[in-house]
Amino acid sequence: MTATTTSARSDLSELGRSETALRTFLHGLPGVDQVGAEQRAAQLGTRSIKTTAKAEAIDLAIRMVDLTTLEGADTPGKVRALAAKALRPDPADPTCPHVGAVCVYPAMVPHVAEVLRGSAVHLASVATAFPSGQAPLDVKLADTRAAVAAGADEIDMVINRGAFLAGRYTEVYDEIVATKEACGDAHLKVILETGELATYDNVRRASWLGMLAGGDFIKTSTGKVPVAATLPVTLVMLEAVRDFRAATGRQVGVKPAGGIKNTKDAIKYLVLVNETVGADWLSPDWFRFGASSLLNDLLMQRTKLTTGIYSGPDYFTLD
Amino acid sequence: MSERVAVRKTYKLFIGGKFPRSESGRSYLVQDSNVSLASRKDARDAVVAARAAVKGWAGATAYNRGQILYRVAEMLEGRRDQFVGLGIPADEVDTAIDRWVWYAGWADKLPQVYGGANPVAGPYFNLSTPEPTGVVAVVAPESPALLGLVSVVAPAIVTGSTVVVAASPSAPLAAVTLAEVLATSDLPGGVVNLLTGRITETVPTLAAHLDVNAIDLAGVVDTDLAADLEGRAAENLKRVLRPLPADHDWAGDPGLARMTALLETKTVWHPKGV
Repeated sequence: MTATTTSARSDLSELGRSETALRTFLHGLPGVDQVGAEQRAAQLGTRSIKTTAKAEAIDLAIRMVDLTTLEGADTPGKVRALAAKALRPDPADPTCPHVGAVCVYPAMVPHVAEVLRGSAVHLASVATAFPSGQAPLDVKLADTRAAVAAGADEIDMVINRGAFLAGRYTEVYDEIVATKEACGDAHLKVILETGELATYDNVRRASWLGMLAGGDFIKTSTGKVPVAATLPVTLVMLEAVRDFRAATGRQVGVKPAGGIKNTKDAIKYLVLVNETVGADWLSPDWFRFGASSLLNDLLMQRTKLTTGIYSGPDYFTLD
Repeated sequence: MSERVAVRKTYKLFIGGKFPRSESGRSYLVQDSNVSLASRKDARDAVVAARAAVKGWAGATAYNRGQILYRVAEMLEGRRDQFVGLGIPADEVDTAIDRWVWYAGWADKLPQVYGGANPVAGPYFNLSTPEPTGVVAVVAPESPALLGLVSVVAPAIVTGSTVVVAASPSAPLAAVTLAEVLATSDLPGGVVNLLTGRITETVPTLAAHLDVNAIDLAGVVDTDLAADLEGRAAENLKRVLRPLPADHDWAGDPGLARMTALLETKTVWHPKGV
């Protein structure tokens, strides 16, 4: 068993060197049963999580939130307010955990870093010409280095979908490797933009590609295209990280992003994680939600559980 | 040839412009029909729907709101016989129709009567205008089933608020049928949301709900329950309309009180001259 694993490991690390080998490997991955994946995701979405389990799930989900603002209209004041909220999401309740990270554009990183310094909240920045990724590699790498230098300890990169869909896998692979190098010690999250990949087979291939190239996390979406994270897509990605760990021993995190707006959705994702890859991934180190409006709903539900009274959006910050 | 079997109606809730069953799946037998037994989660969903509808409804012109209320009267007139068939006295149906028309007329007049220019000692135009309070929870009177319901819902929505109304538990058929009238009257979904079932199950949730701005206890008979509900409503300083005496004359002149109780006043100071 050990021998097979070792040889599998060395085989996999060699893949990036040749377009043919990479293509053969990615196209050799088993196809995804679309109907089955959608049905399984829908079925797991019907689980009923109540009372104490719900309270646990809400707190875990809060710890997993990458509190995100990626708008052209972001200002230093706005991102500082968001960072303050990340540290203490519910100022009225000191037992409320902090979120996983704050996610902003590179230009906003220094302002967030000031607020988060010394805390356990991570600072993520999108880079590599987010959200389209349509820029020369030098520009993308400079973007990444600038974000890291400014204080980001997690980088959310976008893959080159144009190259991926055209079948130029080594190009995508090399870009991820180069970005990973530019990240230094920072964690690298690879955004697949599944809404543009068209098929679940492509999602599975892109997931493997991102992991083979060294991504620490694979992330569904930028949140900037109409189709963002869905349960079946996340299921396919979770299966990929599970199989990747079985093949290589390295654990990779998953981050669905975009379109997850309420507690019910978030809990569906947690059920999906638990049933697909198990409790090893039920931690902010291995699973994150890229979201902005989700946090307020989580806080409202949390308040309902602790006080017994339904809360309203008037009692939480607008951001 | 076999005899035709009549299609019997399931009386469901009215939330966000749709007619869902209770989230709990429960129903109860009343007036020889199965009627949904709303749970506190239905109450929560109804508040979400009502809140979502506030912006559009309060933002609509007063004229437009008046037109829609008048349309409700037209639709109700067309279904007059159906309500009579449900056991509502014909003159009560007529009074209910007239009441919609009466309130429809107030839509663009109330701001003139209840707002206005204030004389101030300074170079300002000072204007006060009434604004809707937001989401109003209403407990409809036990009887009269139709006129009572209309008399508490119309004054709340005419000014731009949206309502979650708990129907009379013993006579909900007229309420659900009125919801069908509302659904076909160009009234935007979520402006009126109807819960059928036990008052003690849904209304405490509404009274405590922080996203509800006012509560009208018109139909609460039990004084202990009324006191409990007022206590819950105090948490976020809801406006409370206290229960009416059991012998209240619903057919009489409604007056402005039910409308004005659910308004907030906005005052604008506008500098004049340079």
